[in-house]
Amino acid sequence: MAEENLARIKDRFSTRVLKVFAKSSRRIYIDFDSKDIPEVASFLFRELGARFSTATGIDTRKNIEILYHFSFDSSGTVISLRTLVDRKNPEIESIAAIIKGAEWIEREIHELLGVNFRNHPNLKRLLLSEDWPEGKYPLRRE
Amino acid sequence: MNLKTKALTRSIWVFHFAAASCNNCDIEILDALTPKFDLERFGMLLVGSIRHADVILATGAISHKAGVRLKRLYEQAPKPCLVIAVGCCACSMCIFRDSYNMAGPFDRLVPVHAYIPGCPPKPEAIIMGVVKLIKALKKG
Amino acid sequence: MAKTVIPVGPYHPLQEEPEFFKLLVEGERVVDLEIEIGYNHRGIEKIAESKSYDQVLFLVERVCGICSTSHPFASVNALEDLADIKVPERALYIRTIIGELERLHSHLLWLGLAGHFIGYNTVWMWAWKYREPILDIFERITGNRQHYAMMKVGGVRRDIGSSDIPEIGKMVEGLLPVIDMFRGAVLDDPVIHARLKGVGILKKEDIIEYGAVGPTARASGVAIDVRKDEPYAAYPLVDWRVITREEGDVFAKAVVRILEMYESIKIIKGCLDRLKVVGGEIDAKVKEIPPGEGIGRHEAPRGEVFHYVRSDGSNRPVRYKIRAPSYMNVPTNKKSVVGGTISDATITLAAVDPCYCCTERVAVADRKSGKKRLTGKDLIRLSQEKTFRLKREMV
Repeated sequence: MAEENLARIKDRFSTRVLKVFAKSSRRIYIDFDSKDIPEVASFLFRELGARFSTATGIDTRKNIEILYHFSFDSSGTVISLRTLVDRKNPEIESIAAIIKGAEWIEREIHELLGVNFRNHPNLKRLLLSEDWPEGKYPLRRE
Repeated sequence: MNLKTKALTRSIWVFHFAAASCNNCDIEILDALTPKFDLERFGMLLVGSIRHADVILATGAISHKAGVRLKRLYEQAPKPCLVIAVGCCACSMCIFRDSYNMAGPFDRLVPVHAYIPGCPPKPEAIIMGVVKLIKALKKG
Repeated sequence: MAKTVIPVGPYHPLQEEPEFFKLLVEGERVVDLEIEIGYNHRGIEKIAESKSYDQVLFLVERVCGICSTSHPFASVNALEDLADIKVPERALYIRTIIGELERLHSHLLWLGLAGHFIGYNTVWMWAWKYREPILDIFERITGNRQHYAMMKVGGVRRDIGSSDIPEIGKMVEGLLPVIDMFRGAVLDDPVIHARLKGVGILKKEDIIEYGAVGPTARASGVAIDVRKDEPYAAYPLVDWRVITREEGDVFAKAVVRILEMYESIKIIKGCLDRLKVVGGEIDAKVKEIPPGEGIGRHEAPRGEVFHYVRSDGSNRPVRYKIRAPSYMNVPTNKKSVVGGTISDATITLAAVDPCYCCTERVAVADRKSGKKRLTGKDLIRLSQEKTFRLKREMV
């Protein structure tokens, strides 16, 4: 089941799949270019029936890495889409229009790491107070 | 009417204020109301409005947002109003001491009259803390 | 018709955690809902980066009081995923017992609150009274009523002694008639039917759209449960089943939680039996965490807890991500509360069993001018009044 999903992703996106790291049969990490994320997310959600669990943003000092974690409940597998965005000007297309469940986490990554999610329906602060200073991102490593 | 006299002329009305807590202290406070512990036999009542409060049972390490609300709330409380910090977070912020988002502990923002440590303190400990404070007031 | 704003929170007497829901209403009907969280944001993920892995377990335990073991459970799963650690069998049973005891006391807590919101205060008192023996057992076997600190990477911190096993068994056995009573009270009371059926409905499509989890999802026919989907600990080693309902209303969510309690008792009993015969170590004695990344999940009482950890081989995480179930479930209120009446608002909001501290709720309310201002207390009163009205009509 898990192999089938991976095969379908590879099949559909071929050379756009930059890297596949299968840590185990239940933990797979697939690297994509940031511009491909909305299409891949849509494929996983709408065609493969995956559930969006959450997303993790990481400041690696070289760039900002975003992992989109999708759960395939029927096989107990988590496939995480990994992408990198530029650290000085981190931007990526929002997937909130495709998956409503991604709205909050994009807002969170935006305020804690400074990533701009283009076309997000409501990219305002979620956790930090209004008087929190602009440009200060708590999860960044300065 | 001074603080001591006022506090002891009738039952103590307690307002529960949770400021960025994990809720364990809050649950133990509410637990103190349930039949097993029964706060009410000491003449203590949980009230829903700060304007009726004699005592504020305060929990949590206080986030920035909660800190703003706390100041506003404390202003509305009729004085004298005793603040009791319940739980380690309320007493000293504990493991959240170094967080970027905390404004606490309580005694940094409002006067605190008693500290009940614990993570969470058991309902017995909470009741004991409140009773101790009242006894201390009686003595003057 | 003029729109009125009714704020619920942030310091609402019976929502222990501060969360701000702003209801926009037209007459009796809720036409929009804004949710503002952030009052509980403590920066735990950032703090985790300066703690050792052992300390992280104590830290994440305090994400939430009621699902205190759920976060450490997901945490050890994540670290053991990262480092390919095999946990001794005895520890798996102990972990599972702790996890299920927590589910029991959490669901009872919810039952009590829900009862209060609809005006059944005796339900509140009884549900919380019957929680106490569970907390007493926790204190007996772990040393604390809440925040039990049982999870450890590679095993558990304390064993369950042979004299404790019959005590746990006796306690859960004693809960069966109690759950029977609640079940009868909920399933057979026509007023509760009238009060909760058809209220706060979430359709299957809503669950999928929002990625909702836990009893909230299972009550709408979405049969997801991490314990079955990606079996861990002792869940594949004992006999139990996933509870689902199709209607998606508040009633269905209550039924799912009540029936889940029976399954929890089944699981606990199964694990206790195994503990009597499975000896051995309770700790794999892990010395270090190698570089890598790991994902760990646990089915908390409210749904899937998701932890992601990245390690560089040192004793501190490079990145620690925590996503609590309520983060996915609370936004569904946009669908379930909107379109309903204000007297149904509090019970609908409560139906997803929000653990605000887990989620960091920010209540964003529309501050448009409203002529009538009702407080959260008023909303509870309205909810209770509706129940009394229905009772009178049914006599």
